[in-house]
Amino acid sequence: MTNKNTILALTIATAIAAFAAPAMAQVHEVPAPPAVKWSFAGPFGKYDEGQLQRGFKIYKEVCSSCHSLSLLSIGSLADAGGPGFSEAQVAALAAEYKIKDIDDKGETIERAGRPADHFPSPFANDAAAAAANGGTAPPDMSTLAKARGYMRGFPLFVLDIFTQYQEAGPDYIHAILTGYKDAAPAGFTMPAGGNYNEYFPGHVIAMPKPLSDGQVTFDDGSPATLAQYSKDVTAFLMWAAEPKLVQRKRTGFQVMIFLIVLSGLMYFTKKKVWSAVH
Amino acid sequence: MSGNSTYQPQSKVLQWFEKRLPIGGLIHSSFVAYPTPRNLNYWWTFGGILSMMLGIQIVTGIVLAMHYTPHVDLAFKSVEAIMRDVNYGWLLRYLHANGAAMFFLAVYIHMFRGIYYGSYKEPREVLWILGVIIYLLMMATGFMGYVLVWGQMSFWAATVITNLFSAIPGVGDTIVTWLWGGYAVGNPTLNRFYSLHYLLPFVIAGVVILHVWALHVAGQNNPTGIEPKSERDTVPFTPYATVKDGFFMACFLILYCWFVFYVPNFLGHPDNYIPANPAVTPAEIVPEWYYLPFYAILRSIPDKLLGVVALFGSILILAFLPWLDTSHVKSGRYRPLFKQFFWLWVIVCIGLGWLGSKPPEGIYVIMSRLFTLYYFAFFIVILPLLGIFEKTKPLPNSISESVLGAKA
Repeated sequence: MTNKNTILALTIATAIAAFAAPAMAQVHEVPAPPAVKWSFAGPFGKYDEGQLQRGFKIYKEVCSSCHSLSLLSIGSLADAGGPGFSEAQVAALAAEYKIKDIDDKGETIERAGRPADHFPSPFANDAAAAAANGGTAPPDMSTLAKARGYMRGFPLFVLDIFTQYQEAGPDYIHAILTGYKDAAPAGFTMPAGGNYNEYFPGHVIAMPKPLSDGQVTFDDGSPATLAQYSKDVTAFLMWAAEPKLVQRKRTGFQVMIFLIVLSGLMYFTKKKVWSAVH
Repeated sequence: MSGNSTYQPQSKVLQWFEKRLPIGGLIHSSFVAYPTPRNLNYWWTFGGILSMMLGIQIVTGIVLAMHYTPHVDLAFKSVEAIMRDVNYGWLLRYLHANGAAMFFLAVYIHMFRGIYYGSYKEPREVLWILGVIIYLLMMATGFMGYVLVWGQMSFWAATVITNLFSAIPGVGDTIVTWLWGGYAVGNPTLNRFYSLHYLLPFVIAGVVILHVWALHVAGQNNPTGIEPKSERDTVPFTPYATVKDGFFMACFLILYCWFVFYVPNFLGHPDNYIPANPAVTPAEIVPEWYYLPFYAILRSIPDKLLGVVALFGSILILAFLPWLDTSHVKSGRYRPLFKQFFWLWVIVCIGLGWLGSKPPEGIYVIMSRLFTLYYFAFFIVILPLLGIFEKTKPLPNSISESVLGAKA
């Protein structure tokens, strides 16, 4: 068998393996979220610092009143490949937070936050969060952008391997944020406490419309619109879920070049070695 | 491992050592002088690739274990801490998670190759059965590793799979309680899965040594399925097989690294980024892709006990393959009918994988049943009968004749 055939066969085998991959999050009779052009997509994708800073502002002023971000340290906002805040900015920001702690005498105190502290949660515990939100605690946002998605379907999900589409989570979150309707369509019975969302599975979402035009004012003059907010906060959530994405893709490119050169050299070595016996 | 070695070390020190422990001779006879059929194609490189994957999984796994905490309250957090705070932790974890998938991809290619070319037939029955044991150990290891993440899919997969044992009449519930170490999947379950997930790869490594030993006693099969008859039929392992394996390992690494660096979560389920919550059942519970065909077989049978029997039977039946296949011709290349049934069987296996990811309703159930029926019929009906009725094509006189033509 020739090398070309074998490589082709391996590619097909991979496609076949992927064909059997578990279906993505189940969505019934809701439209597929529109694909947004994200700066972090593709093999050379990077986060947009300004966008992450705006997104963080939205999280801080809006989302954080209900959603925790407990797996992230405040200091990680200054990490390479992230929103690009300076150490001094992060230290000042951390000091704004009140952190529960125990002092030398064993008394429970509240002290000013430090960069090593994780973001404090809006509720004392899950039960309190659930009680304040109609029975279900709002999900933690640390991994949310990777914990959401939608069914891509055949053959898209096979092509996703080659196009490197990994943004089902961000596209879904963006669609939810922009998918609220003031009223449910005629004939749709809305349960008490529900809100109509075009993209939410079953259309009934407990979270009220979180973002509206003019709600947050940006320092960099970006438009104060829902269209802008929904993109910025989603990009921030993607960074929160995958803070090493830039490092990963950059390393990946180096690894790929190395492996392709290695494979090429191995191929010619193999050809030379075997030329004597063929 | 193939008889007495002719290895003679050059240096005095190595000669002194070789007299006392002939490990140099063992390595030389196993991986340098070892004669391999000259007509091996690239499907034969997956044994080497699998050894490489086992090595990668063990090395990345040992480092991950240094940072992981097997406790229900801390497991998910410790995995996220690895992703965020450990230097290159994201790389270790993505290498390990995608490495498991690549390990299974390689083992499936290795198994399909073995079946197509009749590599399980005399004198390689023990070699084949050791392979089935490795595969079973891999499935157990992979499953327990998936549970360690302690996301929603981890927890519910653990619940579904351990509950299979409750189908055993009489003692089922007792066994499940014993497996859990409690009355539900909980901390004792996670803790023992961690212990076993660390242990089993070394058991696999041990069985792999036996597998390689048995291989080097029987010698490799080859695409013609006829045994080497003279030295002209073989080439030394080094440099010929070494360089060929090395080339394809590098190609396989490209595929593997594509997943690790560019689509690391493609093969995972989004729900596993939600911490385990015993109070909330996910909308759908699906296993990792490499278990889906067996999941489809399980669900295709309405009776729980029979479903579990079919599930385990579908794997264990592989161990009986050397005796179910009655044909005296090894290679599918010379078996025109077998070839068709084989490829249909491959399609059925992949189809079962697809069905395993679908909800068990309507047309999917009917298709699952038909596919399950063919899966078993291939082993129990088709292979035994083909040996009797199939008219095989003429075999070449030797391996070298098949490569170089009758003139040589």
